[in-house]
Formats: sequence, C-alpha cells, structure tokens
Amino acid sequence: MFTYVIRRIAMVPIVLLVVVTIVFFAMRMVPGGPAYALLGSYASAEAVRQLEIELGLDRPVWEQYGSFLNDLLHGDLGTSIFNGRPVGPELARAFPYTGALCLATIVWGLLLGVPLGALTAVRRNSFWDYTGRVVSLLGLTVPPFYLAILLIVAFSLKLKIFPMIGGGELSNPLDFLHHLVLPSLTNGIVMSAFVSRTVRASLLEVLSSDYVRTARSKGLREGHVLVRHAMRNALIPTVAFLGVYMTLLLGGAVVVEVVFSRTGWGRVLVNAMKQRDFPVLQVGLMLFSAIVVAVNLLVDMVYAYIDPRIRYS
Amino acid sequence: MWRALVRNHTSLLGLILTLILILVAVLAPIIAPRDPLKQSIRDKNEPPSVSNLLGTDRFGRDILSRIVYASRISIGIGFGAALLGAAIGTVLGAFATYLGGRTEAAMLRVIDVMMSFPTLLLCLLILTVLGSGLTRVMLAIAIAFIPRFARLSRGPTLALREIEYIEAARAVGASHLRIAVRHILPNIIGPISVMLVMWIATAIRIEATLSFLGFGVSPPTPTWGNMIQEGFRAITHTPRLALIPGFALFLAVLGFNLLGDGLRDAFDPKLRV
Repeated sequence: MFTYVIRRIAMVPIVLLVVVTIVFFAMRMVPGGPAYALLGSYASAEAVRQLEIELGLDRPVWEQYGSFLNDLLHGDLGTSIFNGRPVGPELARAFPYTGALCLATIVWGLLLGVPLGALTAVRRNSFWDYTGRVVSLLGLTVPPFYLAILLIVAFSLKLKIFPMIGGGELSNPLDFLHHLVLPSLTNGIVMSAFVSRTVRASLLEVLSSDYVRTARSKGLREGHVLVRHAMRNALIPTVAFLGVYMTLLLGGAVVVEVVFSRTGWGRVLVNAMKQRDFPVLQVGLMLFSAIVVAVNLLVDMVYAYIDPRIRYS
Repeated sequence: MWRALVRNHTSLLGLILTLILILVAVLAPIIAPRDPLKQSIRDKNEPPSVSNLLGTDRFGRDILSRIVYASRISIGIGFGAALLGAAIGTVLGAFATYLGGRTEAAMLRVIDVMMSFPTLLLCLLILTVLGSGLTRVMLAIAIAFIPRFARLSRGPTLALREIEYIEAARAVGASHLRIAVRHILPNIIGPISVMLVMWIATAIRIEATLSFLGFGVSPPTPTWGNMIQEGFRAITHTPRLALIPGFALFLAVLGFNLLGDGLRDAFDPKLRV
C-alpha cells in the first residue's frame, strides 16, 4: 500500500511535465508562429518580428523551453501578454471561486443524487422508479450550457431570485454564496444524474445480498437496515465514481464560468485561448492537470481506506 | 434485434427521434421555408408568426430555417467526429492490446494521461492551435475520442486474444497484422458500433458547446451552438432566441442517447428473453 502511494505521488511531476511540454510546443506550432497569431493576419512582417524579439520567441526553441522550466522552478509563473500582469497572482485570485464552485457542485450532486438513487432502488419498478430514472436521464442528456441558460431564464430573469452574472465578492460571504447557487446547481444537477444511477445500481446489488437478508431476518426495521447496513456499502462505488467524474466536473466548471461570466480558472483559460495568451495557457493548463491528478490520487486513497477489500488484496 | 429495440419504449422514441433528425438534416433544402442566411433588418426579432413559424433573429433571419440547416452541420460533425475517432482509436487500441507486453502498457499510459484531461479543454486547446472552423472542430473532437475508443476496444480484444483459433493461426505462421485484421477487427466492430451511437450524441453536444464558446463554427453558418450563443446575448429581452435552438439540440442529443441505450440493451446477451 505504501509503495503504491509513493509511486502514484511520483507520477504527479511526470504528468505535469508532460502536460506543460505538450502545451509549450503546441503553442509554438500555431500556424505562422504565436506572435503572428497574437497580432492577427493584418499585421506587417516587421511588427510580427518585433513582437517575437520582445517575447523572446526568436531564440532557439530549446533555449526558450529551458528558460521557461528554469523560471517555473524558481516560482516565476510568467507574465500575461494580454494585460501584462503576472500569471501567478491572477490564478491565485481566481482559485477560490473555482474551488468553491467545484465543492458546491459536489454538494448538490450528492444531495440530489443519493436520495434519488436510493428512492429508485428501494421502490424498484414502481412509479417512483420510472419517474426518477426519467429525471436522471434528462440530467444526463441535457447539455450543461443549455441547462444553465434555462436556469438563468427561470430564476434570474423571471423570478429574479439569483444573479445572472459574476462571482460576487469574496469579502462578502452572503453575496459570494448568492452568486454561487445557480452555477453550482447547473453542474450539480448533471452530476446528480450520474450519482443517482451509480447509487441505484450498487444499492440494488447490496439489497439482495446475504448480510442484508440476515439483518432483515433478525427483525431490524427496514429503515435501519437501509441506512446503517446497506447504504454504507452501496456508497463505496460512489466514492470511486467521484474520482472518475473529476474531469467532467472541471470541464463543466469551465462552461458554467463562461455562461455566468464568473471569475475563475475556467474563464481565465478560455479567455487566454481566445487571445492566444500562451504564458497564461502554459501555466494554467499545467496547474489544472495538477489539480486533476492530485484529486484523483486523493480519491483513490480515500477509496482504498474505506473499502477494506482493497487494503487486504 | 429489431424487435427487442422496438419493444422498449424509450429506445423506440430514440429511434424515431434519430430518424426524424437525419431526415431533416438530409432534406434541409427542401424542408426549410426560407433562406437561412438571408437577412432582413426590417423584420428583426419578430415573434413566431405565420410567415416565420419560429420567429426571426436579430438580423431578421428565419429561425426555423436556420435550425433546419444547423441540423446538417451539427449532426454531420457528430457523425464525422465519432466515426473518425472510433476508426482510429479502435484500430490502434485493438492492435496494441493484441500485441500485449510493452506496447500495450505504453498505450495504456498514454491513454491515461490523455483522459485525465477534460475533453472540452483538450478540444479547446487543439482549436486554439489549429484555428476554428468546421473541419477543425470535427478533427479536434475526433482526436479527443481516440483514447476513449482505444480503451473501449480493449475489452473485446482481450476476450478474443486467448481464443484457440488465434493460437492456431499463429501456429500456421500468420503474421500479427494478418491475424489482427482478419480475426480481431471484424469481431469487435459489433460492440464498438453500439457504443458509437452514444458517442455521436456526445460529439453533437461537444460541437455545440465549442460553437457556443466561440471556438467552433462561426456565424453566419448556423449551428445550434452558435445560434444559442447569439441568442444568449439577447437573453434578457428575447429568451426564445437561445431557448429554441437549445431545445433542438436537446432533442438531438436525447434521441441518439436513447437509441444508443436501446441498442446496448438489445445486444446485451444477459437480457435475451
């Protein structure tokens, strides 16, 4: 177990290096060169050349790569071409917004998904089961950005309860939460569809197992059997699912941040891509995948901890 | 197989929806009442009426016609990207899995790294490098799908790898390539095709998201994604401009998803009555 964890942790810098290298060289493969892409097709050749010299793009590629890595290791995360500000503080400022969005999404996903999944499993093949499965199907198929627009029209424009734009101020917690509801609810609904299916499947399996039969034959109330015995074991695959869902979660965060014009890493990255702001992209994407790998590792460790079968194997 | 498909209500709905969508896409020039690109500023933002069944957008273009023509592009890209990604991914995945050993292990590593990245960001990155446009969107989505199909083809290939006639073929002296092409590939096409339908739904959805974000197909060429984007700008006063194309998109994704679900259940040997 210990060597497994060490090996997984050792993979992290390798993955980061791979990602940052791919992005670095991809940026320089843009047709015409990154300076040309930045200035647009109407730029004169001298202007492009000038910008290339300014940005250090005229140096040999390996030299650029080397100095980039060197800067990274010294904590210099580069400067945005678009607004001249250092990348590090920009990302740090946006981080709490994206982090809160992801956490709130998971909360909604579990809050809505677990009860729904349990309901459809316990009342199998009943009206509740069919309705629940239709609801989860809708959650799975509706494109997230369309769902966001639907929620905006319903709750921001018609009912005027929640704001449509922005992430709110960090200093004002209530305002922050107010701006958090709709974006996180959008992705939370999508996630809950997946969660309810996972919970339903594993709960159905658990409910027909021997130890549940024993608990029932002992005379325990059904509710007790459900919560204290069945659910605990049925939720283990759900934890595993969380790890798998990470990439979808982050992808969804990007979309939602753009739709709601919310501060956050997603929007920073999308804007950087539109503006071909490659310093921001290089570091941003690298950090993004760092988070994915780290969270995956965390989930795997939690999963190994709560499922004794893995530990003993 | 057909009977199993039709008996299930949801998959029947999926089949009907998909067929309608494909028909609409193919027959677009005949079905669309007006020219989707023709602007008429005089008639901008008209609500639904007899002459424009779904109303007009802010340039006075007929929304219904635009939605009909958009189906061509959205479904076309969906099919194209999924087929391309499936073809390349399945061949690579099956071949590497069949060969086993270090080739297989190396491929698994690459797949893991590629799949740890959100699909959307990967497509955005590819489009940032290549530039936006119809063929490039299809290419970007196809590239994002390659690792998934490579992984999907592993299961059936692993099952086939150990079968005796493969060993017999090797004993007779058949090369690895010949075995892979003549024996492995034909047998995995079945399960892969079923998955393909669901991935078409995903491809349609990703294309719409990319166009909505401004990286996909650009206006004036209509796709559901960029129609929603244009409509979103007017969301406060004319929400239907975004909601209507979005509903078309939703129906398309729903149709292919239900069909894919139904196909998967119909082919599942465990459910054979």
